[in-house]
Amino acid sequence: MREFGYQRAYDVSGAVALLDGDPDARFLGGGTNLVDLMKTGVERPALLVDVRELPLNRVESTPDGGLRIGATVTNSDLAAHPEVRRRYPALAQAVLAGASGQLRNMATVGGNLLQRTRCGYFADVTSPCNKRVPGSGCPAVEGEHHNHAVLGASDHCVATHPSDMGVALAAFDAVVAYETADGPGEVPLADFYLPVGETPHLETVLPPGALITGVTLPPAPVAAVSRYRKVRERASYAFAIGSIAAALDVHDGRVREVRLAFGAVASRPWRARAAERVLTGAPADAETFAAAADAELARAKPLPHNGYKVTLMRNLVVAVLSELAEEATR
Amino acid sequence: MTTATRGAVGTAHTRVEGLDKVTGAARYAAEIPFAELAHGWLVLSTVARGRVRAVDAEAVLEMPGVLTVLHHHNAPRVDSDYIGLLGVPPDPTVALFQHDRVPHLGWPVALVVAETSEQAREAAETLVVHYDREPHDIAFSAGRESEAHALDGHAPAVVEKGDLADRLAESAVVVDAEYTTPEEYHNPMEPHAATARWEGGRLEVVDSNQGTSWVAGELANLFSLDPASVRVRSEHVGGGFGSKGVRAHQVAAVMAATLLQRPVRVVMTRRQMFSLAGYRSPTAQRVRLGADADGRLRALEHRSLSQTSAVHDFVEPSAAAGRAMYAADAHHTASRVVRLDVPTPTWMRAPGEAPGSFALESALDELAERCGVDPIELRLRNEPEVGPVSGLPFGSRNLIACFREGARRFGWAERDPRPGVRREGRWLLGTGTAAASFPVMAMPSTAAVTAEADGTFTVGINAADIGTGARTALTLVAADALDVPADRVRVRIGDSDLGPAMIAGGSTGTRSWSWAVRTAAEELRGSLVPGADIPPEGVTVRSNTAEAVGALAQKERHSYGAQFAEVAVDPTTGEVRVRRMLGVFAAGRIVNPLTARNQLVGGMVWGLSMALHEEAVRDRASGGVYGADLAGYHVAAHADVPHIEADWVDDPDPDDPVGIKGIGEVGIVGAAAAVANAVWHATGVRHRNLPIRPDRVLLAGGRA
Amino acid sequence: MPPSTSSDLTLSVNGEKYTLTVDHRTTLLDALRERLDMTGTKKGCDQGQCGACTVLVDGRRSVSCLQLAVAAEGREITTIEGVAEGGELHPVQQAFLDLDGYQCGYCTPGQICSAIAVLEEHAAGWPSAATGDVRPEAGPPPLTPEEIRERMSGNLCRCGAYVSIVQAVARAAEAKEAAA
Repeated sequence: MREFGYQRAYDVSGAVALLDGDPDARFLGGGTNLVDLMKTGVERPALLVDVRELPLNRVESTPDGGLRIGATVTNSDLAAHPEVRRRYPALAQAVLAGASGQLRNMATVGGNLLQRTRCGYFADVTSPCNKRVPGSGCPAVEGEHHNHAVLGASDHCVATHPSDMGVALAAFDAVVAYETADGPGEVPLADFYLPVGETPHLETVLPPGALITGVTLPPAPVAAVSRYRKVRERASYAFAIGSIAAALDVHDGRVREVRLAFGAVASRPWRARAAERVLTGAPADAETFAAAADAELARAKPLPHNGYKVTLMRNLVVAVLSELAEEATR
Repeated sequence: MTTATRGAVGTAHTRVEGLDKVTGAARYAAEIPFAELAHGWLVLSTVARGRVRAVDAEAVLEMPGVLTVLHHHNAPRVDSDYIGLLGVPPDPTVALFQHDRVPHLGWPVALVVAETSEQAREAAETLVVHYDREPHDIAFSAGRESEAHALDGHAPAVVEKGDLADRLAESAVVVDAEYTTPEEYHNPMEPHAATARWEGGRLEVVDSNQGTSWVAGELANLFSLDPASVRVRSEHVGGGFGSKGVRAHQVAAVMAATLLQRPVRVVMTRRQMFSLAGYRSPTAQRVRLGADADGRLRALEHRSLSQTSAVHDFVEPSAAAGRAMYAADAHHTASRVVRLDVPTPTWMRAPGEAPGSFALESALDELAERCGVDPIELRLRNEPEVGPVSGLPFGSRNLIACFREGARRFGWAERDPRPGVRREGRWLLGTGTAAASFPVMAMPSTAAVTAEADGTFTVGINAADIGTGARTALTLVAADALDVPADRVRVRIGDSDLGPAMIAGGSTGTRSWSWAVRTAAEELRGSLVPGADIPPEGVTVRSNTAEAVGALAQKERHSYGAQFAEVAVDPTTGEVRVRRMLGVFAAGRIVNPLTARNQLVGGMVWGLSMALHEEAVRDRASGGVYGADLAGYHVAAHADVPHIEADWVDDPDPDDPVGIKGIGEVGIVGAAAAVANAVWHATGVRHRNLPIRPDRVLLAGGRA
Repeated sequence: MPPSTSSDLTLSVNGEKYTLTVDHRTTLLDALRERLDMTGTKKGCDQGQCGACTVLVDGRRSVSCLQLAVAAEGREITTIEGVAEGGELHPVQQAFLDLDGYQCGYCTPGQICSAIAVLEEHAAGWPSAATGDVRPEAGPPPLTPEEIRERMSGNLCRCGAYVSIVQAVARAAEAKEAAA
C-alpha cells in the first residue's frame, strides 16, 4: 500500500472540494472494499477523503410515498429500517444476504453501488485484467469463469457486479443522486452502469470527482410483496452465484405488475425487463414464469463453465415468482 | 469429607488456558513484543517456472524505513541435506534464496525488511523482480496416471494381496467408479508467523508451529548450528492441521535477524499461505469392488493419483485408507504421484484417509445399493478377523459397536433405502452413513515432572496445543498419575528447551506425551516419601519413552467411527444443506470429554466442509491458485454447520498406559462420504467429485 | 505540496484515550496490536473475510482490518480486553469458557465481540437473512440456533467449534434474558 493523505469531510460541498476531481484521490466510505483493494494494490490512491461524517446517514420518506436513502447510511441501518422492511422487504432481504454483520455495519449505500467486482483476476495485480489495466487482456474468458457473467458481458470482460443491495434497488427503479463541483445531479440506476463493451474499466456514468449523496426509491406498492433469494456456495458470508429480486402483484390470476432483477450474472445488477414484458398481463402460473425467464435468458452467452447460471436463474425465476404468486393471492 | 483426587481423566474440564483465550490475554506468535523489532515481508514469484534474472533491490533500499532486501545473491547459505525429526528430508522450499530457479508460482524470491510492516509491505510490492519465464505444467487429472510413480510416504505406496482379475471376474457384482477431490488448504485462523533474534549467543524463535523440537532441529540443521543453541517457543498456536512445520517464514526471519542483528518478524499473508503453507493434493481415485450377491467382498482395488512439486516428493496416500478396513481375497491398493510445477503438498488433517475414505466409503455405498443390502449391514458382513492385508491381530476394533450405537441414535432403522422419495417444500431429504478409521501410533517423547516445595507439581513436556486441548489433557493425566487434584498441576509446553517430544500430528500427540508424563509422574510419586519436606528446588523426575514405545508389539492399531449425515438438497438451485450429523467413535480412552467432543465434531465439520465447500482452483495460464483468499476458498461458516453430535463407545487401548488412541483426525474420516451418500439418498444422483457444488447438483439433476 | 501521510490522533479504546502518530496506512487492527500492545484482537486474513479482528466501534461490531486507524479517531472502540466489567467476565466470555466455545482460540476474541453485538442487534429487533418475514409487523424473530448461526457467520472458525460456539451464544442470550 502506498502512502496517502487523509482528509475528513463534514459537508458535501467540502468533500467534493477536498477531492477536487483528483484522479488519484478516492472518497472513503465504510472502506470494506476500498481498503481491501488498497492492500492488494488494485487501488493506489494518493489521497482519501473520508465521507463517513457527512450528514447523509438518514432514511426518509418522500412525500409521494417513496424513500430517500442517504449515501452514508450503513447496510445495517438500511436493512433494519422499518419503512424499508415494510415497503421494500426484498431490499432489506438483499442487504441482509450480503457480507456479514460486521461488514454491514461498516459498508455504506454509496459505496455498495461503487464496489468493484470480486473477479479473482481483477483482485490479483500480477494477473492481466482489462478492468484494472486496460488492454492487458481477460484471462477469465479462457480460464476460471465458473462465477462470471452470462449476460451483457463482452470478450473484454466477463466480471460480475457483486452487490446484493443493488439488485433490489434495480428492481425498484432507484435513482442515484450525486454532487459535483458544478452542482447536484441524478441518474436512474438503470442508466448508472456503463455497458462493458471494450471499456470495462469505465464502470459508471458518474462525472469525475462526483460524490454519491443518496438513492431515491420511488413509491412501489408492488414491492410490498417482494423477495430476494440468493444462491451461493456456502449458506452465508459468500458472494452470490445467482440471485433474484422479485415483486409481484396478481389480480384475477393474472400478473398486474412485476419487478424482476438478477444478481451475479452481469457487470451490473440486471433488470430483467424482457421477462417483465412477458409476465405483465399474463397468467400467474409456472408456465408463464418459465417463458418469461426464457425470454430474458435468450440473450445469455454462457462460457464453457458458467452455463449452469442460465439454468439456475430460470429455476429461480420460476421458484420465487411461484412463491410470490401464492403469497399475493393469499 | 474426602477430596476425590482420582479420576481426573474421563471427566469434563474446561481448558486450563481458557480464561486467557476468552479475555484476549493469550499471546500467539506475532504478539510477543520485542524492542527494536523489524518487519520482514516475503516477495513471491509471479511466474510458475523459470529463473530469477535480476532483483532490482537498489530502488527499494531507498524507500522509507527499508533495512535490507534478501535474495538469492546475498542470502546466507543454508544446508538442506539432512533428515529431520520426522525421518524425511526438508521440502527445498525452506532452503530460501539459494539459487535462481523458480519451480512454482509463489516461490519465495526475496525478503524485504523494514522498520514497520507498512513500509515493508509497500517496499515488497514495489520490488521489481525480472524472470526468464519457462512453460509450466500444472494440469492435474486422472489421465496423467501413466506419468506417475508409486511413492511410499507415511504408508507404503503399493500393497497387493491375491489375484485381482480372477476375483473380480468371479464376483456377482462389480462397482467400478472414479472419484476426485480438489486441492484443499489448511487455512488455520492464525497465519504462520515467526520472530527470530539472537540472545546471549543463542538463536531464539517465537513461532506458531506444531512442534518446537521439530522446528528447532530443522533450523539447527539448515543453519549448521549446535542444536543446543537454538530455542523455539510456541505457546499458543492458532490452528495447524498439518501446515505448521518448518516453513519459509521462520527461515527468512532467522536469516534477517542474523544479518541485521536485531529481532525480525515475518508473518505470512493469507494470500501467501496459498503458496507457502502446504496443502492437500488433489486426488483422482479409482475404486473397484467385486462382491458376491450378498455384498461379501472378493476383490478390493483402490488406486489413487495425487500431485507433488517438481522439487520434492510428497504423496497423499489415499489408497491406504482401506488396508485395515475390509476383508477381501484380492486386496490391491496403490498411491502414485505426478510431478507438476506446483508447491509441494503436505500433511493435512487425516492425510490419505480423508480423501481416500471419501472414495472408498462412497464405493461401499454404491455396492450396498447394487446388492440391495443396507449400507451398515454391508460393512458388518465385511468385518475382518485380522488385518485384511497384514494378517496382524487388531489392537481393539469396535467399528461394529460404533455402527450399532450410531444407528440407534440416528434412527437408521426407520430409513427407507429408496433414493429421491422424501420431499419437504423445495428440499429433497436423504441420509447417509460411512465408516471411519485412523491409525493409532505412539512416538518417543521425554517429560519432566517436578514436585514443588509448595505442594504443587510442574510438568514440563514439549507438547504443542494447537487447539486440541493437549495442555488440559496432560494436566489431567499428570494429576491422576500423581494422585492429586488437577488444580495442583501446572503444565509447561511449547518450548524446545523442555526437551524432545513428538509433534502435534498424526493424532499421536496426546498419546505420546501422556505416556511420557505418566511415566515420569508415576516414578515421582513412587519416590516421594509421604510427609517428607520437598527441597526448595523441588524434586524432578524425567522420562523418556523411546524404549517402551519401541517395544510395542506389531498390531493393527486403529481408531474407528461410524458417521451419519442427513442432508436437504434443492434440485432447482443445487443448494445442499446438512441438517444433522452424528459420529460415534471408538477412539481409545477419552481424557477430557468436553474438549474431545469438540475436537471430534470439529473433524466432522471438516468433512462437511470438504464435501460441500472446499476447493482451490489452479489457473492454467498463471499456474497459481485462483482467488487465493478466504472469500475465494470457502470453508464452512456458522450457517453451514447444523447441530452435530459426537460420542464414543468404551474402547481403551490395551497397549497404552492411559488407554489413549488419539482423536485429532478420525472425525474427518468418512464424514464427506456420509454427506455424499446422503446426497445420493436425497436425489438419486451419485456425486463422485468434491465439492458437491450447487452447479454440479443443478446440472446432475435429481428426482425433483 | 503533497498531503501529509501520517497524522497525530487520539484513539479511544476501552474507555481510555491513547495519543499516537500513525502512518495513514495503519489499520485500526495494526494500531491496536502493534502500537497499543492490545493483541487480543486477531489478524486472521487482513481483508474482511474471516472476522477474527472484530471489535465494537461505537458499540457496533466491525472488522478492524478494513478500518483505517486515522478514520477511527473520534469513535469509541471496544476490544476483547474491554468487554469484561468490574473484574467479571462478560456473560458471553463465561459461556465460551464453560461450554468450550473454541479450540485454538485464535478466532475467539472476534467470535465473542461479534456475539456480544449479535445479542444487542437482536434486542434492537434487527432481522437477519435467516428471518422468514422481515416486515416490522412480523415482530422480532426469536433467537433460534438458525438465527444465531446466520448472524455469527461473519466469524469463521477453522477448528470447527461452531456447535459449541452457538451453544455458548444461546446460553449468554438466556442469561441476558433472565437478567432483563
